[in-house]
Amino acid sequence: MTDRAASKPNATWWTRHHKLETNSIFLLIGVLIAISFGGLVEIAPLFFLQSTIEKVEGMRPYTPLELAGRNIYVREGCYLCHSQMIRALRDEVERYGHYSLAAESMYDHPFQWGSKRNGPDLARVGDKYSDAWHVAHLNEPRALVPQSIMPKYAFLAKTELDFGLIADHLRVNRAVGVPYTDEMIARAKLDLKAQVDPDGPDAEAFLSRYPKTKLRKFDADHREITEADALIAYMQMLGTLVEFKLYDDKAALR
Amino acid sequence: MQQAVAKKSMHAGEFGLVIFFGVTALLCLVVAAKTTEPAFAFHAALGVAGSLVAVFAIFNRYYERPAAEPQLEIDGKPNYNMGPVKFATIAAIFWGFAGMAVGLIIALQLAYPDLNFEPWLNFGRMRPLHTSAVIFAFGGNVLLATSFYVAQRTCRARLAGDLAPWFVVLGYQFFIVIAGTGYLLGITQSKEYAEPEWYADLWLTIVWVTYLLVFLGTLIRRKEPHIYVANWFYLAFIATVAVLHLGNGLALPVSVFSSKSYIAWGGVQDAMFQWWYGHNAVGFFLTAGFLAIMYYFIPKRAERPIYSYRLSIIHFWAVIFLYIWAGPHHLHYTALPDWAQTLGMTFSIMLWMPSWGGMINGLLTLSGAWDKLRTDPVLRMMVVSVAFYGMATFEGPMMSIKVVNSLSHYTDWTIGHVHSGALGWNAYVSFGAIYCLVPWLWGKRELYSLKLVNWHFWISTIGIVLYITAMWVSGILQGLMWRSYTALGYLEYSFIETVAAMHPFYVIRALGGLLFILGYTLMIYNIWMTIRMKEEPVNSAAFTPSFHPAE
Amino acid sequence: MTTQGQSDFDPVSGRTTTGHEWDGIRELNTPLPRWWLWTFYATILWSVAYWVAYPSWPLATSFAGGAFGWTSRGAVSAEIDALNERRASQGAGLASATFAAIARDPKLMSIALAQGRVAFADNCAPCHGAGGGGGVNFPNLADDDWLWGGTLEEIAATITNGVRVDGVKATRLSLMPAFGKDNLLNADEILAVANHVRSLAGLDTQKGANLALGAKTFGDACASCHGPGGKGNPMVGAPNLTDAIWLYGSEIPSIVATISNPRNGVMPAWGGRLDPVTIKSLALYVHSLGGGK
Ligand code: HEC
Ligand code: HEC
Ligand code: HEC
Ligand code: HEM
Ligand code: HEM
Ligand SMILES: [Ca+2]
Ligand SMILES: [Ca+2]
Ligand SMILES: [Cu+2]
Repeated sequence: MTDRAASKPNATWWTRHHKLETNSIFLLIGVLIAISFGGLVEIAPLFFLQSTIEKVEGMRPYTPLELAGRNIYVREGCYLCHSQMIRALRDEVERYGHYSLAAESMYDHPFQWGSKRNGPDLARVGDKYSDAWHVAHLNEPRALVPQSIMPKYAFLAKTELDFGLIADHLRVNRAVGVPYTDEMIARAKLDLKAQVDPDGPDAEAFLSRYPKTKLRKFDADHREITEADALIAYMQMLGTLVEFKLYDDKAALR
Repeated sequence: MQQAVAKKSMHAGEFGLVIFFGVTALLCLVVAAKTTEPAFAFHAALGVAGSLVAVFAIFNRYYERPAAEPQLEIDGKPNYNMGPVKFATIAAIFWGFAGMAVGLIIALQLAYPDLNFEPWLNFGRMRPLHTSAVIFAFGGNVLLATSFYVAQRTCRARLAGDLAPWFVVLGYQFFIVIAGTGYLLGITQSKEYAEPEWYADLWLTIVWVTYLLVFLGTLIRRKEPHIYVANWFYLAFIATVAVLHLGNGLALPVSVFSSKSYIAWGGVQDAMFQWWYGHNAVGFFLTAGFLAIMYYFIPKRAERPIYSYRLSIIHFWAVIFLYIWAGPHHLHYTALPDWAQTLGMTFSIMLWMPSWGGMINGLLTLSGAWDKLRTDPVLRMMVVSVAFYGMATFEGPMMSIKVVNSLSHYTDWTIGHVHSGALGWNAYVSFGAIYCLVPWLWGKRELYSLKLVNWHFWISTIGIVLYITAMWVSGILQGLMWRSYTALGYLEYSFIETVAAMHPFYVIRALGGLLFILGYTLMIYNIWMTIRMKEEPVNSAAFTPSFHPAE
Repeated sequence: MTTQGQSDFDPVSGRTTTGHEWDGIRELNTPLPRWWLWTFYATILWSVAYWVAYPSWPLATSFAGGAFGWTSRGAVSAEIDALNERRASQGAGLASATFAAIARDPKLMSIALAQGRVAFADNCAPCHGAGGGGGVNFPNLADDDWLWGGTLEEIAATITNGVRVDGVKATRLSLMPAFGKDNLLNADEILAVANHVRSLAGLDTQKGANLALGAKTFGDACASCHGPGGKGNPMVGAPNLTDAIWLYGSEIPSIVATISNPRNGVMPAWGGRLDPVTIKSLALYVHSLGGGK
């Protein structure tokens, strides 16, 4: 039997495709319909299913200094080597701590989960080292860890932090869903300075706005607020907010 | 010629573009003057300069051009517009070299960290430069060039628009320059494969929508009753990338005088958006678009019909429908809910055969012409690329299985997978297309040297093999070391021990990359000599449609 | 283009084409390869089965949970529980035994050292070096010089609570005053006492150094912590200044710097991060590095 004969009875089925094949607008619409399902089904429920983001105690928005530090983290592309997502796997939980919760990154615009670990996970690096260690490590990683392949970031401690627009940063974060209050926005610049001035007059008010926050001179340079101060303030809070003592693992299986 | 009598006047497109660029120049000027960020001011200044050059170029062209607009046909044959195609071809060759050279540098940085030069040339700033340069600058220009070429030839119609195709091609280069310099200066959104900041994203949106319109306009103009399968893939690629770009890139700038923006989505939702985008950047940019290239250049070069029309239909619709779902395989075991991970995994598995539909159609198109592989290294390159495509689309579904991904994720295995796709499939099919296109575009009978193509093929194939085998070994080794437990039930290796264990493989990978680039330089030389070659123009035979004897 | 006849037959493959041609390219009308189609169906069937078994489709207010009741979080918790049970059974007693008992039991000891080794490499080595050898600003843990005491109990307490950690109640806390910055001593006194400190360690002093002033200042300002002879005091973490071991260097400029504005190094507290058994193992591991008391 030749193929030609075999194909005839079916011909009508295949020729239906001619409608799409002969009209570029139909084809375009067909494509748009075909690609719309997956996104709708996978993304939209994340916004309305209650189980997506766990109920936890302790999450708060980033302080202005931490936010500025986070922007440096983004700028330097740290996420290209460091994940911030401890997967629900035994070895990761043992090495890095409790697996990451969705709630822990709910104020992250954009998220920083990463996709490659040239360096260790940083989701819970907060409080793991001292500020002085971070200063030295950024300055010359191989002085502390001889086998490290991390680049040097010595310039950060020499670069003054530019936070002229910090209030706008908070405002825009609020517009995309981070619960900053009017007061936080209005006092953003002062709060940023207050965090590196533990004995300053604003320290207490600052702490009332951002509970569980580290107030100190992060890079121990008293003269100015540097990019290293901000980046270290950010790293030192990573993974420290959620009260795991109050968190029920069993309630958030999903 | 008769157009001499027509009175010359600016047409609406020229006029509109002059206004558009005039306004853009003004806006950029204000931004450049008022922003406090030097890097942003630099970009705004580039915007001013670019806009002014564009206005000048439009006027210049207006004075030079004949009064009448180019005819769609001359003596019954389509009057193809190949200028933008030529430009994009050269741009692709240029950016490909730059992007792979940066790839080599970052490969060396991982082996020898002293090669980081802070702040601009640190790994974290160079890596997005590499990925964007190879995917969007190299791959993107190959796609622009081939799509404009293939659409015209298979529709027998001149490219839609007069200035629009140039706007697309040149506007796209401007986007690349802004994106690339931005990374080095520290301007990034950190969304993988979508790092450019809001203003570059905005500009790309304008360019991309124009691209869609030009492409669609050309299809609408076609003289063939049916749309060729390559164009289905191009259309799906262009349209879907537009949707992805808008969804993933939605962001609010801190101020119009700041380069920084915040993404509309947060945390787990942003992660899902990102990998909906990221996976489909692979699916539509690196797969659908490049399958389109394959669907034209392989049958053309092999002078054989496409293996199966029915397979084309089924695998086309299945690929574009299924691809969209697979994103969560980048987020296995993360804080993304399990139900979404399951969908990502199962749809990836279902994607296997539809992906292989493309491979089958590419490879079996050669049935009856296998002997050509021995004599034609260009065809061989393209056929090997299809084989690599098959390999990557087998490996991908395998890595999507949760247990496998629990090992491979975060490791070099992913990098090996990426580069078997990127080097073996995307780069090779691009090289094949470039080797075909250049003689056709510049009216030469053949390439300057097929022997050099042969050398290119072998040197770079060794390079690929070194690259991906090194990454498989290091990835699996690292994954196993991370999860390895001693007999007493405690972790066996510290993280830094696994870093140290990667070193030899990073050296081998860099060597593989070096070989790949060596092969590339042979191509550059070959193309250069082909274009410069003094020979009788081929009577533009390649430009006359359907005279090619089918058999 | 669509004319039927010989033109839509391809002699090489023996198949028909669709009859269309684009720029010389035609398409064969080959049916779908059977194996391809069946494999495709198989992947679909497998996926459907998987959806039934595992959490899959989202619904209006929840999602299909899957017949197995499996969740990745539930699975990892179970795995860790199982692992901990195994550890408890093979190392029964590691949790409850005293240090002295563990040190006498070679099996328990080898388990503790195995656990301690990687925990040390992942958490402590970035500061204290791969073998605990220390470095500038970070104490050597492999010698027998201890700031806060070198018994197993003292080491464990240091590890659990850290040194000078904000917000940790039991943290080791003592701050050497900033004699220069806070104008407690003048520059002459600081230089003099720095020379005195070097003389305590048997190192040479600068020419013309006022050693008498140095000794007096030391008695007044330093002896309360470092002891009258400078032998140090582990109760307040004050280092022994008479030995050859220096945390911040023995050169005059670095001693002067310490006196003027002491570093008051911070060691993180591990009590909240590592479980008590791991800390116990770490103490044993550190103690075994060489210089335990
Ligand atoms: C080229 C890859 C690379 C880049 C880029 C990189 N790192 Fe690292 N990082 C490493 C490696 C490898 C280690 C482990 C060795 C070490 O501690 O230096 C590390 C370790 C760290 C640690 C210690 C983590 C721990 O738990 O021990 C921190 C904190 C850190 N990096 C922060 C950063 C920050 C912040 C940036 C960006 C400004 C950055 N890194 C960029 C590779 C990198
Ligand atoms: C951020 C750096 C850092 C890390 C990480 C760190 N330490 Fe320390 N450690 C220090 C510093 C600084 C001191 C000295 C504190 C002082 O000046 O009194 C210290 C002191 C100690 C001491 C007391 C030494 C003595 O002489 O009394 C012990 C024991 C110790 N560390 C063990 C550990 C162990 C075990 C770990 C890992 C679980 C660890 N350290 C992690 C910085 C660190
Ligand atoms: C309140 C207690 C206290 C007093 C008083 C004190 N010190 Fe200290 N000293 C310490 C502590 C605690 C350290 C360890 C600091 C650290 O780890 O950063 C230290 C460290 C030092 C060191 C560095 C040792 C090394 O190994 O590098 C020197 C030198 C020193 N003190 C000298 C002095 C002198 C001189 C005085 C008096 C002028 C003095 N100290 C007064 C508590 C004290
Ligand atoms: C000379 C050739 C090349 C070399 C030496 C090279 C090297 C590298 C290196 C070192 C990385 C970073 C890996 C890591 O972070 O561990 C990388 C990432 C990447 N490269 Fe290449 N590359 C080359 C060519 C290409 C080409 C041609 C493409 C695409 C068409 C490409 C696409 C990518 C992508 C997508 C990534 C990111 C992968 C990920 O994030 O998982 N590369 N490359
Ligand atoms: C059926 C087809 C494919 C499937 C199912 C698939 C699946 C996967 C999986 C599971 C990962 C690893 C994700 C992770 O663990 O982080 C991955 C990564 C990747 N794949 Fe594929 N793959 C396919 C084809 C391809 C092809 C043809 C290319 C072409 C270059 C490609 C490019 C990439 C890139 C660039 C990444 C890295 C993404 C990142 O983390 O930055 N894939 N793919
Ligand atoms: Ca990646
Ligand atoms: Ca973007
Ligand atoms: Cu993917």
